[in-house]
Order: sequence, then C-alpha cells, then structure tokens
Amino acid sequence: MSASPGPKLPLLVLRDVTKVYRMGDVEVHALRGVSLDVSEGEFVAIMGASGSGKSTLMNIIGCLDRPTSGTHVLAGEDVSQLDRTALARTRNRMLGFVFQSFNLLSRTSALENVELPLLYAGVPTRERHERAKAALALVGLGDRLGHHPNQMSGGQQQRVAIARALVTQPKVLLADEPTGNLDSVTSDDVMAILQRLSRTGITIVLVTHEADVALYAERVVVMKDGRVQSDRAQVPRRPAEAVPAAAGGAS
Amino acid sequence: MNPLQTLRVAIRALLRNKLRSFLTTLGIIIGVSAVIAMVAIGEGAKAQVEASFASMGSNLLVVLPGSTTAGGQRGGFGSMPTLTWDDLHAIRTDVPTVRYAAAQLLSEDQNWNTSVYGTTTEYFQIRNWPTASGSPMTDSDVDAGAKVVFLGATVVEKLFGANADPVGQVIRIKNIPFEVRGVLVKKGQSPTGQDYDDAAIVPLKAFQTKIQGGLSQFIGGVIYVSAYSTDQTAKAEQQITNLLRDRHHIGPGSDDDFSIRNLTELASAQQQGTETLTTLLASIAAVSLLVGGIGIMNIMLVSVTERTREIGIRMAVGASPGNILAQFLVEALTLAIAGGVVGIALGVLTAERLASQFGWPMLIRPDIVVVAVGFSAIVGVVFGLYPARKASRLDPIDALRFE
Repeated sequence: MSASPGPKLPLLVLRDVTKVYRMGDVEVHALRGVSLDVSEGEFVAIMGASGSGKSTLMNIIGCLDRPTSGTHVLAGEDVSQLDRTALARTRNRMLGFVFQSFNLLSRTSALENVELPLLYAGVPTRERHERAKAALALVGLGDRLGHHPNQMSGGQQQRVAIARALVTQPKVLLADEPTGNLDSVTSDDVMAILQRLSRTGITIVLVTHEADVALYAERVVVMKDGRVQSDRAQVPRRPAEAVPAAAGGAS
Repeated sequence: MNPLQTLRVAIRALLRNKLRSFLTTLGIIIGVSAVIAMVAIGEGAKAQVEASFASMGSNLLVVLPGSTTAGGQRGGFGSMPTLTWDDLHAIRTDVPTVRYAAAQLLSEDQNWNTSVYGTTTEYFQIRNWPTASGSPMTDSDVDAGAKVVFLGATVVEKLFGANADPVGQVIRIKNIPFEVRGVLVKKGQSPTGQDYDDAAIVPLKAFQTKIQGGLSQFIGGVIYVSAYSTDQTAKAEQQITNLLRDRHHIGPGSDDDFSIRNLTELASAQQQGTETLTTLLASIAAVSLLVGGIGIMNIMLVSVTERTREIGIRMAVGASPGNILAQFLVEALTLAIAGGVVGIALGVLTAERLASQFGWPMLIRPDIVVVAVGFSAIVGVVFGLYPARKASRLDPIDALRFE
C-alpha cells in the first residue's frame, strides 16, 4: 500500500462557496454553498453529472474564477477576492493545469510549451531549459523535446501538458477530464503518471464524470446540483498491468 | 517576463504569418517613406529658393528712381531719373540701419547684350559677390576712374571660352579698352531666371566718363542698399522712404517719386510658400500613415480573436493581464517600428532619386526622420492598445473554451 500517511495540513480550504452566474435576467446558481478541505498530498476526484457544478468548482479551485460568496484559502492565503493579476500570479506559483483538450500552444515545441509557465515566473533561460527538460523526462518524453503538438499522439500531448503543469513545482495539480480525449489504454497510461506523481507528495484534484477514472483517486467527492452530495475515501485502483511503463518502472 | 522575452514572443508570433505581417507593415512603410520624401522635396525646393535669394545679396533693398504709379499710369523704373548722388550719400550716412549703399549704373547700349554696370566697392559687399580670380575693385580704382573691368562667369565663357583665365587681358567696351582685373564668383540665376553672371562691372567714375556721360547730379541707375541685418530691412525701407520723401519735398498724400524693393520680404514670402507646400505634402503623407495604423489595428483585432485560445492557455499558466497586454502591444509596436525603419530607407531613396531628377539639393532632415519613426511608434501604440486591451480582458475560462 502506498496511501499517504494520515491527514496533513489543509492545503485547500473552501467554506460555503457559492457561485451565481447571471444570464440575462436569469440567475444560475452553479454552486450553492460548498465546503471542502483538501490536505497536502491528497489525490481527490471530483465527480458529478454535467450541470452538477463540478467544473465551476474546478475553476474556483484553479483560481480561474472567484466565488460569489464564501472563502477560498490556498496554502494559508485567502484568494477568494484577489484581482486578476494576483490570481494569475497564484496560478503561476501554486497551480498546474491539465485539460481535457491538452491546450498546448500549436506550432510550438514540447520544450517551449513546458517552459511557458517558467517564462511568466521570470525564471532565467538556462534554468528554464533544464527544468523543462527534467519535467519532460519525468513523463517519459525526454526524447521528444523538439516535437510540435501536431507531431505527437494524444497521449503524448497530454503528457507534455502534465510536464507543463509540473514544471513550476505547484502545490496543487488540477486535472480537468484529463482522459476525456484519450482511448482507454492511453487513459490508463496518463492516470498511472498522475498516481505516481501523487505518491511523490503532490496534491492532485481530478475532475471527471467517468467512474473508472475516479477509481485512481484516494478520495471521491460527488457533486450534485451545486452541492457536495458525498465525500468518501477509497483504496485507489492500481494501473492496469498491460500498460507500457511510461517513464520506466514506477515503484 | 522581461521586455526582451516579450519582444521575442512577439516576433515569433509575427513571423508565423509572414505575408500578413508584411502587408500590415506596408501601410506604415508607405506612410513613413511618403512623409520623408515629401518633406525632403519641400526642403529641397526651399533651399533652392533660399539659394537664389541669397545670391542676390544680403539683406538687400533696391531703390529705384521714378514712381511706379503716377496718375494711374505705370512708369517703369528709370523712366524719370529722380535719385541724386546726394540722395545716395544721405542714405549712406543718415540712415542708421544701412550698412552699405552703392549706385549701380546700367549701360543702355542696346547692341551690347551683356549688361555693363558702373559702381563702387560697396556694391560687391551688398551683393555678396567676391572675386574668384584676379583682385577685387579698390577705392583707388573708383577714385582714379581706372579703366579696369570685373567680369561675371558667363561673360568670361562667352568671350574667352570655358575655364579660361582672362585676368590681365583687355576687352573693349564701347570701343574703349578695359583691362580685366578680376573674375567674379559664379552666382547663378535670379528667382526670375535672369543670369546674374552675364555682367561686366567697371568702376563708377570710369563708367561715367567713358561709357555713359551726362546726368551730372542724377544717378542713371539704381541704388543698392544693404541693411545691417535681415530683421532691419523693413525698418531701413521705412527710414529710406522717409529720408527721400523729405529730401524730395514730397508732401503728405503725394506719391513717392522713387520705389523701394525689399528683397528679404520677397524671399520670406517665397519661403513661406514653399513651407506651406511642404506642410501640405507632409500632411497628406501623414494621412497615409494614419491609414497604415488602422491597418495594424485591424490585423491585431483579427489576431486576438484567432489566438483567443492561446491567450487562455497563457493566462492559465500564469500570464497576468499585463503580460498579455504587453505581448499584443509589443506585436503592434514591432510592426509599426519595422515599417518605420523600412519606410525611412525607402523615403531616403525616393528623395534621392527625386532630388537628382529635379537637380535640387538632397535634404533629409534628421528631425523629420526621428519624428516619422516616433510617429509610427505612436501609431503602433495607439492602434495596438485597443486590441491588446481586448486580449488582456479576456476571461481565461471563456478563452480556454473558445474554438
């Protein structure tokens, strides 16, 4: 067993978070009071049908959006009312994103895609190269530094995206349907990488509507109608035996 | 992100659409080169006018005998000799703003196709006309009525051929031998196209005794006057008018029996004309620069829309609105400045070609080059700002979802 040992400091604290969108005259209550604690090192899956509010929750956790009310504390800092520039800095320093549609810059090499967050962090060129190379090696793409997204398979592109999310050594890695555009074998591959990263101590918040994918997490939060319906711990699933090792044998 | 990295990102983005970037820049290129070429043309024309007025003489006033209008009838100058040698003396001594004054007597021999002038040494100062070879006229030449002559370049060419040195030779004026003492520096044409160099100048006394007698107290020609400075020509004109009216006993309300031409005023009027022309040409060119700027704005707006997803990605990984603003602004600025630099090169080339075509001096004003580049940079900022702001205000969630 390799589950994280006991509860740690709450890295992420949400208290009574609501989010109301105004669409013309209609108010849409996407979140109706969500409270959630995520400890450092946890691997949490957020599940729910479409319209359950899981994407909105994800955007707030990812500092892409601000709650209408309630508080959002990340690593001890209240980020619920920061301005856009401060949110950008928080995203850059604390968070890494993996999206369903990869969201790599086209016509830009894997290395440069991975360097992008470091560019905005003001990391000097040489260090940027080194760290980006190391991150790509970690996801098993050390030999594809110069490849452009259109020269890579979906799985490879998603691994570049994971490397990009990791390169800043974020507190939290947010994965929004990371396997949504991948076939099942590649999905297992990507989930295995996430699981391995989780074991190194990084906190992962995974949003998915697929129960299969949620099985890889240690804890599953189910959303419904803008509220937390259930929140339970589970024994994570081991990656399928047949998956070709992405980056050498993970222990 | 430091400015250099921002610039590198911008240049890469622009190089992705080379043709589009070039066509966008073309507007600025044409605008800047037009401004530079037009101003150079205007300056060339101005220099041309300045040169032709400068060759007439410095701070020059010409006092002509006879009224220009008398009883509704125009009498040409010299129609009535009204200026006396005493007048000349009075102008020289009594008018404080006058530096030099000299009579210029003109031979009226119709057979002679070169103008022969009789005058004194001051004349050369007034006309700003030194000798190129030989020696200048001296006061003793004037006093002694020496039979010496000073020739303009055209006369030398006509009589002795090009590049000849006639100093010491003898020529005959009205069958009287005059020794060539000096050759005058080439002056070129007057603003009206008259050849200044088609002139032979002899000392006043020799002119009066050998070439054109009579008229004792009256001056058979005009008086050239040089004021101390350009600013003083108007004052000198007024003072001379008052002096001569007083001396000629002309009562109030009566017409002058002389007239004064202020060539400085004429020159400045001409210069204003060319300056107006320059301004006009430059502003037309500036309009094309403005149109170029609108082209940049248009393309930047398209670019922002096209790259919405890229903006979303950049924001997600930590680009602040300021970073995005800077990126698009620098792209617009790069287009504008690149256009400006190419435009300068093109403008200078065009100006050079036009100048050699018109035979004008080539005058590229460095300040105009700076202004043109500065202006195109301002165009880049002004027209890049709106698209860049639009990009920086995108919502990262919407931008990421944009297809």
